[in-house]
Amino acid sequence: MDRVKQKARDLLDSNKVQVVIGYEEGTDGTARPVFIMDSKNIDKLIFNDRCYHNLAVYLTKVEVEKIGRVAVEASLNTLKGIVKLASEGQFVFEDIDILGVNRNGELYEFASLDEVIDYIDQHPVEYSPEEISLLRKIESMTREERWEYWQEEFSRCIRCYACRAACPNCYCDACIVDINQPQWISPTPDALGNLEWHIIRAMHLAGRCVNCGACAKACPVDIPLNILNLKLAEEISKNFGISEEFLLTNYPLAIYDPNDKENFIK
Amino acid sequence: MTPQNKLLKKECLPTFVETLVKGGKLLYAPTKENERIEFKLIENFSEIYLDYIQTTKSIKSIVFPPIEKLFEYVADKEHVEIKDVNLNTIPETIVFGAHPCDAASFKVLNAVFTWDCNDEFFLTRKDKTTVIGLSCKNHDDYCFCTSVDLNPGSTEGSDILLTRIENDNYLAEIMTEKGEAVYKLVKNLFEPAPQVDKNAFVTQLPKLFDLNDLRGKLSFEGLSWMQQSLRCLSCGTCAYVCPTCSCFDIQDIGNQTKGKRVRIWDTCALPQFTLHTSGHNPRHFQNERWRQRIMHKFSYEPERLHVYGCVGCGRCSRACPVNINILENLIEISGGNK
Repeated sequence: MDRVKQKARDLLDSNKVQVVIGYEEGTDGTARPVFIMDSKNIDKLIFNDRCYHNLAVYLTKVEVEKIGRVAVEASLNTLKGIVKLASEGQFVFEDIDILGVNRNGELYEFASLDEVIDYIDQHPVEYSPEEISLLRKIESMTREERWEYWQEEFSRCIRCYACRAACPNCYCDACIVDINQPQWISPTPDALGNLEWHIIRAMHLAGRCVNCGACAKACPVDIPLNILNLKLAEEISKNFGISEEFLLTNYPLAIYDPNDKENFIK
Repeated sequence: MTPQNKLLKKECLPTFVETLVKGGKLLYAPTKENERIEFKLIENFSEIYLDYIQTTKSIKSIVFPPIEKLFEYVADKEHVEIKDVNLNTIPETIVFGAHPCDAASFKVLNAVFTWDCNDEFFLTRKDKTTVIGLSCKNHDDYCFCTSVDLNPGSTEGSDILLTRIENDNYLAEIMTEKGEAVYKLVKNLFEPAPQVDKNAFVTQLPKLFDLNDLRGKLSFEGLSWMQQSLRCLSCGTCAYVCPTCSCFDIQDIGNQTKGKRVRIWDTCALPQFTLHTSGHNPRHFQNERWRQRIMHKFSYEPERLHVYGCVGCGRCSRACPVNINILENLIEISGGNK
């Protein structure tokens, strides 16, 4: 951690970056995102198991862009967010600095996006047993039970859009739910509106989600949104027969391949 | 009316609640399910969980629902027919076990909804709602009602305020005519109140900043609005769990020939808040919207409506996905003691 702090300090002092985005102690025992613009505050930086926020979410925010060049303290999930955003053309990889240490305790030194992808590939995701068991439990339900389960979960939704706001891949300036001419989906916090919102949110992330779980962790009413994304990720992998590495840099639903196994596209 | 004190023994509490439920009014009370503590519609006393510090969502939705139908319309090429909502269909409601911060929030909402016109939807719901409050036995690090001129035993906004005293019995302070109407329904359950120092039975929460100091230091320019709000994700959680946030949006649901107009909650945290038709937004950056949130509650509302837009419940801080703690920020602005 000292080396991460030193590197962050050097980057700020040499004015190579104008802000370091990392984690600090929150007010309640949690870790929270912090924005450091003066190297004298660099000792606030921490990194541990409590640092779950996907900091890639801040890299597309107008408030951050106007500060200047960014160095970001990156967890594995944040790295995935960075790769996804760079692959989707949201920023140029070379325009950000990545801070952190690998599992051997060495400072991250990524010369290119490909090196980040290689690194991610060497560290496959392990979904938590809770996530997997909930997914399997929902899969084992009858269609009617599953419908009831999600209706019940969605009924708590207050349409605060914390799920959208916490997700690095929900970066549209105008989200489909905010467009009202025409009104594609209902913004009202009732059964139909909530169902439409959660289906469209999950579908827009199908094949793009990095499965960091930020959506579910941000939800104030504990809707297990990550399970929807996890299921879709499984379906995409199964149907398109592609690896996670491929998914990170490509969007399978937007690729044309003459060898596609489906006939309708030919 | 003159407030009066009574004693409600703990063994009478279930009968008290169930008599009210049988009386035909809707009764909302705190419940605990899967670690989630929320106000829900209650049928039996056993569903109620009173030993709570705070629910995730406030009782605001009872008087200002997340979705409120304003009217229905049917239209053809020549005529438009508007069908008003029959306000008589709004049910009589009792909120049982709301803490004093929640009870006090109706006064803030009332100030907004009677400011330049009387909002008949809010006023009808409020008139038909009776609040049976419950003083706080405990608080946590997010609570700060004493810093906004309330306290864990405030009667403000409660029609009856219950305080758990010796032997887990309840002191009932009957404050209003609505409270008295409830009392009369179940008069036989009450006994004369003992002489009791209520404050000895509520949690002691130190004052952490001074409202006048805060108001004096608030300024549109010159404060660290950006530094405080950079981590903000621009979601609406803080406003939607807040008991006093009252911004709303109007939406039409339906099509050109048939549908309804509704109002739904809105929030200054969302990027399209105050976005003009031209595309210009006077609050384009999150720090401008965060400033709006704080200035609205602690400067504009006291100036224009003579109420502060905050009851110190701490819900926004508990629910914030990135731990933006309003108390921390208010102490920082006011130069408080922490």
